[in-house]
Amino acid sequence: MIKRKPLYILNKTWINAIFWILMLLIIYPLFWMIMNSLKTSTELFINSFALPEKPLFQNYVDAWNMGFADFFLNSILVTVSSVAVTVLLSAFCAYALARLDIKFKNLILYLIIGGLLLSPQSALISLYKIFDALNIYNTYFAMIVPYIAFRIPFAVFLMYGYFKDFPGDLEDAARIDGCSTLKIFLKIVMPISKPIIAATAIVSSIFTWNEFIFALVFIESEELVTIPVGLSRFRDALQTNWTGMMAGIILASLPMIIAFIFMSKSFIRGLTAGSVKG
Amino acid sequence: MNKKKYFNYLYVLPAILFVLVFVYFPIIMNFYNSLFRMTSYSDVKTYVGFKHYVKMFNDPIFYTAIKNNFLYAGFSILFQVGLGMVLAILLEGRFIGKKTGTFFRNTLFIPSIISIPAVALLWYFIYNPQIGLLNGILDVVGLDQLKTAWLANPKTAIYSVIMMSQWQYMGYIMVLLIVSIQKIPKELYESAVIDGANEFQKAIYITIPSIKSMLAVTTIITFIGSFKLFSEIFIMTGGGPYNTTQVLGTYMYRAAFKFDEMGFGSAVAVVIFAITFLVSILQLKSFKST
Repeated sequence: MIKRKPLYILNKTWINAIFWILMLLIIYPLFWMIMNSLKTSTELFINSFALPEKPLFQNYVDAWNMGFADFFLNSILVTVSSVAVTVLLSAFCAYALARLDIKFKNLILYLIIGGLLLSPQSALISLYKIFDALNIYNTYFAMIVPYIAFRIPFAVFLMYGYFKDFPGDLEDAARIDGCSTLKIFLKIVMPISKPIIAATAIVSSIFTWNEFIFALVFIESEELVTIPVGLSRFRDALQTNWTGMMAGIILASLPMIIAFIFMSKSFIRGLTAGSVKG
Repeated sequence: MNKKKYFNYLYVLPAILFVLVFVYFPIIMNFYNSLFRMTSYSDVKTYVGFKHYVKMFNDPIFYTAIKNNFLYAGFSILFQVGLGMVLAILLEGRFIGKKTGTFFRNTLFIPSIISIPAVALLWYFIYNPQIGLLNGILDVVGLDQLKTAWLANPKTAIYSVIMMSQWQYMGYIMVLLIVSIQKIPKELYESAVIDGANEFQKAIYITIPSIKSMLAVTTIITFIGSFKLFSEIFIMTGGGPYNTTQVLGTYMYRAAFKFDEMGFGSAVAVVIFAITFLVSILQLKSFKST
């Protein structure tokens, strides 16, 4: 016992040291970027490691005025509307499949959850053609519609499991009191299901807020572009204004990081429940 | 009564329609489109049979692309699942204080919630030959002979992009594994401690076997993720230099939206579909066993 203890302490020290090095690898690049986003271009080129002489917030103002304000509004509009519709339609669908009397339940369930197996990339070109034909190419709908369609399988998958395990007593009591199915769903089931609705909404928001390839291909006008695509076009527009670019990257990432700091538990619950990456 | 039953179908109808029309239908159309020559601005389709597939299988860039996808998958499984597992076990062991542990976990997780374009641009700066962080550090530690234009050098470009993804997603997979380690019943460890097992033996004989199915799931999602790869490459290298960093996603995009060969692009999309679909079926199977 006495012999083993020092070894254990050594392990502990080494392991902590390894993690602090990893922290440095994660945090330092982010810090480096924040620092450079507060410099003038000349300062950046002279020494990218130095602290800014005098923190310069002009880069953020410039980024905001050069289109970021629009990208933000577009991202909020697209994210809020697609997440709201996704959660609502999926909740109805998952509830009916889990609790109501419907034929071909399993078939419908497999059909919807089977959507998880299909990668968005393999639908990209056909969707482009379809949206062109429907005349919604280069409109908000060209993003909102596929975001909803590709998130429903995941949302139904998450919610179905939850509704399935739901105790039936409350519903039975309400039914005896003469409540309609719709009323039971809206007034009793939905309020109790807040945690799963929150988890689904958070995961769908991360996906939608960060989505790139659909937004890149289905949107042409600068005015409709969301943050991720805006950022990538920004680079071509700004060319060598790298400090402004860095301010833009930080502006783009901040909302999700702040949300995570305040709701890290819900984030982790939602993301691990689904185990579906990007 | 009957009317009420029909009403129940209205609950599922909108969701089904969305998925059928905008997920299934385009993917089926994609198979069909791959047999035609077509462009973006006209509705004319010329049937060419399997010509696009023949062309693709004779194109060396296709093989570079698919090789890069596999390379990406290999490194990602090694770093994200392998190293992520080691970190998860260490974080859940008794080595680190609870508060510090949570800080480590959350910090490692943060890169995964930043959008890929933002992370890709950050690393685009890190790899920059003039002002970049990496060359700067190599200078400081006296390894300046290693300095290079990381993303413009055909030898280093693909590995540079790969390392960025490890930075971004290792923490994510680690957290998935932590959650499943936390579900292991404590009694399993208690009896092992009585038998005199040390931390290493506990990890080998209890922790790893208990999270086997989660390891399978994370390996599969990492593999699938590597074949959905697009934004990272598109932003950092655009597939260059000399097509050395093409992956199936950028190869498809290039065909369809740069060269306006939509039918050929669809054939590439079929390959992406086939690989991700087959592996996803494996995922569903291992999900059932979790």
